[in-house]
Parts: sequence; structure tokens; C-alpha cells
Amino acid sequence: MDRFLPLTALLALVALPIDAARSQTTERAPDTMAARVLACAPCHGAEGEGTSDAYFPRLAGKPAGYLYNQLIAFRDGRRKYPPMNYLLEFQTDDYLKKIAEYFASLRPAFPQPVPPVDSKEVLARGEEIVKNGDAQHGIPPCSACHGPALGGMEPGIPGLLGLRAAYISGQLGGWRYGTRTALAPDCMQIVASLLTEDDVKAVAAYLSSRPAPADPSFAPRGSLPMPLECGSEPH
Amino acid sequence: MSRTSTGLLVGLLLALSPATASAQQKAADPAVIAKGEYLARAGDCIACHTAREGKTFAGGLPMKTPFGTLYTSNITPDPQTGIGTWTSDQFYQMMHNGRFPDGGLVYPAMPFASYTQVTREDSDAIYAYLRTVPPVKQLNKPHDLTFPFNNRSLILGWRTLFFREGEFKPDPTKSAEWNRGNYLVEGLGHCGMCHTPINALGGSKQSQAFEGGLIPMQNWYAPSLTSNKETGLGDWTIEEIVDYLRKGVSAKGAVYGPMAEVVYNSLQYLNDDDVRAMAVYLKGLAQGGAPEKASTSLPSAESSLLLSFGKSIYDRDCASCHGATGQGMPPDYPPLAGNQSIQMVSAVNPIRMVLNGGYPPGTSGNPMPHGMPPFAQKLSDDEVAAVVTYIRTAWGNRGEPVSARQANELRAATLN
Ligand code: HEC
Ligand code: HEC
Ligand code: HEC
Ligand code: HEC
Ligand code: HEC
Repeated sequence: MDRFLPLTALLALVALPIDAARSQTTERAPDTMAARVLACAPCHGAEGEGTSDAYFPRLAGKPAGYLYNQLIAFRDGRRKYPPMNYLLEFQTDDYLKKIAEYFASLRPAFPQPVPPVDSKEVLARGEEIVKNGDAQHGIPPCSACHGPALGGMEPGIPGLLGLRAAYISGQLGGWRYGTRTALAPDCMQIVASLLTEDDVKAVAAYLSSRPAPADPSFAPRGSLPMPLECGSEPH
Repeated sequence: MSRTSTGLLVGLLLALSPATASAQQKAADPAVIAKGEYLARAGDCIACHTAREGKTFAGGLPMKTPFGTLYTSNITPDPQTGIGTWTSDQFYQMMHNGRFPDGGLVYPAMPFASYTQVTREDSDAIYAYLRTVPPVKQLNKPHDLTFPFNNRSLILGWRTLFFREGEFKPDPTKSAEWNRGNYLVEGLGHCGMCHTPINALGGSKQSQAFEGGLIPMQNWYAPSLTSNKETGLGDWTIEEIVDYLRKGVSAKGAVYGPMAEVVYNSLQYLNDDDVRAMAVYLKGLAQGGAPEKASTSLPSAESSLLLSFGKSIYDRDCASCHGATGQGMPPDYPPLAGNQSIQMVSAVNPIRMVLNGGYPPGTSGNPMPHGMPPFAQKLSDDEVAAVVTYIRTAWGNRGEPVSARQANELRAATLN
């Protein structure tokens, strides 16, 4: 689309100078997704790269199906963050799908991971849960669904790298306290409620200390064992 | 109609109902059902009678009022929990006179004060349609109102003051189009429910208590549609009003706040003739002279400082979309110069737009709207006040300046 605009503009100038002059006063906004989602930029960055506020998540490069599920959940009030619930309230499924696909297609650079401030023990506990789970407390390994490289699985499971600790613990807390719910059966609700406060702190510290891959690589649909059933990731 | 004769009528209806009920077991004509579906859209029944992620028409949506919370009813044809046993007479009585089948009084949050205008034929069509929607077994949630508003007999007082029962009577001196517009705006559209205080019922503060409760709780201001001071529709072309109502965007302004819900759930589904008729009627209401010039309440030296501060913020944060001279990029980015909806005496709307941003509703005429970012985190109260003062007074706009305090108070407004 974009690429043809200058040509059209040129044609208009050559053929219809009067109309072109008039069209200056009635200039339209760019007919692009980038222009349409400028409303999201103050919190998620112009390319969905996130901002310096640790609580505002990156959107770029996450699986489109996952982003779409989140947009629907915000629109319908199942996932709560009032400024976003308000912005999306009167948008159609089709448009939310386009927005999700747009952010999924972007690849802005990841920020440098913050050097961990937590102790070695905390990080080791986090790594253990992420890779092997905790059989004694029934916690499945996060990698069983989010992938061995934690890059996520298409269509509905997001990667866990490139997120900051405050955001990760905020989301796990949201599931435990019911402000975030995913499509039923909500497997993350079960996982999150098996974790103790210390476990949450440990996985958040470990995950946020890992560098994110330059190119997100989702595991193909259905390729991971998934110890629980998830509504967002139908088989 | 006096209260005694209404009572008599109720008695008669009750006596007649078994016969009427059996007459209604016959399947209704598909054309009537389709018409009823369309009219239910025009009445926006779905917006109130469907909870978020709830079953269509099963009710349960909380409606916050200054007196507590009302929960809307299940109007699916389920015989136990919905209106499956109602006759078309009983349904008409609800729409027309705001009474339950047992004669009990309905809270005016159900817009019967407007629906009373709906013709019997149209009421029957809506009834026929509602009988065809999937029945849902879901008990009505009891209302949660504070004393004394939990006492339904209080509604009698409201009714005496503000309820005028009566079907729409066309005005023979006006065009058929104008009359159709009048019928839709004052009747099914229940536009006056938000666009008080000067509505067809002559409602005042007390009627707002019930009628407009929605708006004070939401902290949005719906301009009076009958006053030249408030709506700028006098300057709009019919085409622009039609675009605004049906697509949610127009060359003159975009739909935002609670009006977005009306366009999203109701107006976008109406046919071109009906929306045009509404526009013709609305334009008639807003005719006669330019809006009055507001008087400035800040001393001029102070306000000129505020203005230059406001201009610097505008040039930095707003001009890229709304244009250096407020011309916008219509219809995607609305113009602010000459935009009446930001110059009204109440500055609630422009302040909230700056704090919260917004998207016009996604409609079939504008399926992928452009949006405006929220500035609540970026701008301080002083900066919000300055930029809103600037857009209300620059480029020939005639609004009044706003204070940092007004901006601050709206930070806490409920968003959703
Ligand atoms: C005022 C700041 C703000 C604005 C504006 C905003 N968001 Fe968000 N967004 C957030 C926050 C904060 C979260 C995390 C909320 C939570 O679950 O606690 C979030 C979460 C999300 C998520 C889920 C991310 C994930 O990994 O789960 C998506 C998708 C999203 N936003 C999309 C959008 C889109 C699209 C827009 C523009 C239409 C937008 N947001 C505008 C603040 C904002
Ligand atoms: C049974 C599969 C499964 C397991 C095991 C699992 N997850 Fe998830 N996770 C999901 C799904 C599905 C989603 C997407 C939910 C949605 O649609 O909102 C998700 C989403 C998340 C998110 C939200 C990411 C974002 O960008 O907002 C976080 C954080 C998360 N998981 C952390 C974890 C951690 C930590 C573990 C291990 C303790 C874990 N998950 C184990 C399936 C799983
Ligand atoms: C602005 C919100 C609103 C709109 C729009 C609305 N209603 Fe209602 N309705 C209510 C509320 C609130 C009640 C409950 C009133 C009470 O309990 O006194 C109600 C009650 C009813 C009832 C009584 C059902 C029962 O068993 O209690 C019927 C029937 C009804 N509405 C039909 C309709 C129809 C048909 C439309 C569209 C033409 C409509 N309503 C539009 C708010 C609304
Ligand atoms: C739920 C409350 C609500 C209802 C019902 C409602 N409106 Fe509105 N309306 C508003 C609010 C709030 C605004 C101011 C926001 C805006 O300009 O978009 C508004 C603005 C308008 C405007 C623009 C006025 C101007 O000068 O810019 C028009 C025209 C309008 N409404 C027409 C209608 C019509 C016609 C109906 C009935 C079909 C209706 N409204 C029903 C709340 C409502
Ligand atoms: C990215 C583009 C963009 C920027 C930047 C922007 N706006 Fe907007 N503005 C919009 C859009 C789109 C709408 C329509 C929103 C709606 O209908 O909900 C709008 C609506 C408005 C309205 C309501 C007018 C109407 O008729 O809808 C006001 C007032 C407003 N903007 C003021 C501002 C101010 C002041 C700033 C700077 C602090 C600003 N805007 C920055 C895009 C923008």
C-alpha cells in the first residue's frame, strides 16, 4: 500500500493540480496499521518494543494468536487494565485480529537484560522451576508448554524471555488474584496458584536475567507435551 | 391518562390475557420478526440487556446510578426466568407505560419514558422477534439500591413529574422524513436519556436522578440536543450528521465516550433512510443562530500565559494528528477548530479525551478506526489544563479556560 502512495500523489499533481491543492486541506491520516495503533505507543512503544516502565509489556514478535486472545480478553473485561479495557471496548474481532497480526510481525531489538540483583540461590531456584518444575509441589516445568528455549508455541503460548521481572510477577499475581483470566480451561491459573510468593520471585528473577533471542522462534503448534490442557492453545 | 383509568386498563388486560396468549402461539411472520430485530437494534435493547461476555438478552448487566446498582432483566423467552410467558399486551404495557404484568412500577433506567412513543405495531414486532431468540435460564439479579430508592413506590413521584404516556403522533405540517426522524430519536432511540437536561419531557435535576444517572456516574457530558448553545449541528451538513451517527466519524467530529456504545451497538445497523431522517430531525432541533460566546473567567494576563504554555504542548503532542491550526485529518483525526463538542460550558469531555485518549467505535463504515493516545501519564494537571484551555480558545473557538483542579478531579473518573 505504502509504496504506491507517492505515485498516486505524483499523478494527482500532474493531472489535477486544483484537486491536489484542495486535498492538502483535507489530508487523510496515513492508511497504515502503524498510524492506527499510535494510541498504543506511549505504553508499548511505536513498534511494540515496550517502554522503560517495567510494567508495560513488549508486544512485538509474540505469537499472533496469543496477542489476539489478550486483545479479546481486554475488550470483554476478562483481563483487566482499565486504560486498555476502555480503548478496546468498541472494536470488532476482525480489527483486533489485524492489530495482533501487526504487532506479531514486528522485530524491534530487545533491550539488554538487566543484570540480576537477586542471589545465586534465588536464580537457581527459578531456573529449576522453569526447566524441571517441582514434582513435590506438583509444579510442571514452564518449558513443557513455553518450549525448551522458552520461545513459546504457536498459536497461543507466548515466549517468556525479554519480559521484565515486575511484569512477570505482576501477571502471575494477576492469575492468582483473578484479575487475569485466560480462555477455559485456564492452565496458567493452575500453574500460578501452585507457586509460592518466593517461587514467583525466583522465576521472575531468572527469566528476566536471560537474554532474549534476536529472532523469536516459536515451537510449531502441537510439538510440546503440555502437562495440562489450556483453552488458549487448543490441540 | 389518569392513574385510575390505567388501573382499569391493567385489569382489563389481565382478564383478556389468556385468550391473547393462545392467539400468540401461532408462529409470527418472518417479515415481522426481521422488522422486530431491526427495531430492537434501533432501541439498543442489547446494550443494556446483555452482560459482558454474557448470553444475548439474558440481562444481568450492572447499571450504576448515584443511588446504587440496578441489574437489567432477562428478556429471552425462557418461561421461568425470562419473559416467555408474557403476552404481547403485557409487553406493550411495559414499553408503553413502564409497568410489569402485575401492574408494578418499572425503574426509569429502562427507557420506557421514550419507548412510550413506540407504536403498537412496532412493539408487537419487537415482541415477535424476542420470542425467537434462544431462551436462557438465568435468574434476574436483585437490584442493589440504597434507601429510599429501593422502594418502588418512589417511582410514582417521578412518573407524575416526568412521565408523559403517549404514542407518537406525526406532525402533519412536517415532512414524512422529519416525522420518521422524530419518532426514532424521541422514541426507540431514547437519545433524551443521556442528552438531558432539556429533553422532550421537560426533565430537570430530579429526572436526571433516574434518567441521566448513567452519565454522572461515567463522568461524560452529553450535550443537550435541543439547545443552540451546546450542539453545533446547525453548522453540519446532513451528510456529516449521517456519517457521525452511522460510521462513528465525520468531517466535523468523531464519536467518543458513551456515544461510541450507541453507534457500535445500535446506529451502525440502521438503514440509510432512517439515519438520514434522524439527521434531518436533529438539524431542525439545532437551528437558529450561532452558539453563544462564552465569557472568560480568568484574568486576561493569566490566560494569555496559560495559552502560550498550552500552545507549546499542543505543537509538541497534538499537532501531528490534529494539525497546526486544529484542522485535523478528517475523518480519521477529527478537527478541533470549530469542533463544538469541545467548547461546551462543561469541559469534562475534552479533559477526559486528553487524559484517556480513545478510539471511535469500529463500524461497518469505518472498520479500522485510528486512535488517540492517552496523556494521563505524560502530562501534569497544569499541562492538561493548559492544552485544553488552548484548544477551547484557539482558532476562533469560544470555550472557557479550565483549571488544573478540574483536570485533576477527572483523573479518578471510571474508565470502563
Ligand atoms: C496506558 C498505557 C497503555 C496503553 C495506551 C495501551 N496499553 Fe496495552 N498494556 C498496558 C499494560 C500495563 C499491560 C499489562 C496489563 C496487565 O495485564 O496487567 C498491557 C497489556 C497489553 C497486551 C498483553 C501483552 C501480553 O504479553 O500479555 C496487549 C496485546 C496490549 N496491551 C495491546 C495494546 C494495544 C493494541 C494498545 C493500543 C490500542 C494498547 N495495548 C494500549 C498498557 C497500555
Ligand atoms: C500447561 C501449559 C503451561 C505451563 C506448564 C506454563 N504455562 Fe505459562 N502460559 C501458558 C499459556 C497457554 C499462556 C497464555 C495464556 C493466555 O492466553 O493469556 C501462558 C502465559 C504465561 C505468561 C504471560 C506472558 C505475557 O506476556 O503476559 C507468563 C508470565 C507465564 N505463562 C509464565 C509461566 C511460568 C513462570 C510457568 C512455569 C512456572 C508457566 N508459565 C508454565 C501455558 C503454560
Ligand atoms: C438504558 C438501559 C436499557 C435499555 C436500552 C433497555 N432496557 Fe429494558 N430494562 C432495563 C432495566 C434496568 C430493567 C429493569 C427495570 C426494573 O427492574 O424496574 C429493564 C427491564 C425490561 C423488561 C422487564 C423484564 C422483567 O421481567 O423484569 C423488559 C421486557 C425490557 N426491559 C425490554 C426492553 C426492550 C425490548 C428494550 C429495547 C427496545 C429495552 N428493554 C431496552 C434497562 C434497559
Ligand atoms: C449513553 C448515553 C447516550 C445516548 C443514549 C445517546 N448519546 Fe449522543 N452523545 C453522548 C455523549 C456523551 C456525547 C458527547 C461525545 C461526542 O460528541 O461524541 C454525545 C454526542 C452526540 C452528538 C454530537 C453532538 C455535537 O455537537 O458534537 C450527537 C449528534 C448525538 N450524540 C446524537 C445522539 C442521538 C441521535 C442519540 C439517539 C439515537 C444519542 N445521541 C444517544 C451520549 C449519548
Ligand atoms: C495519534 C493521533 C492523535 C494525537 C497525537 C492526538 N489526538 Fe486527539 N484525537 C485523535 C483521534 C483518532 C480522535 C477521535 C477519538 C475518539 O473518537 O474516541 C481524537 C479526538 C480528540 C478530541 C475529541 C474531539 C472529537 O470530536 O472527537 C479532543 C478534544 C482531542 N482529540 C484533543 C487532543 C489533544 C489536546 C491532543 C494533544 C495533547 C491530542 N488530541 C492528540 C487522534 C490524536
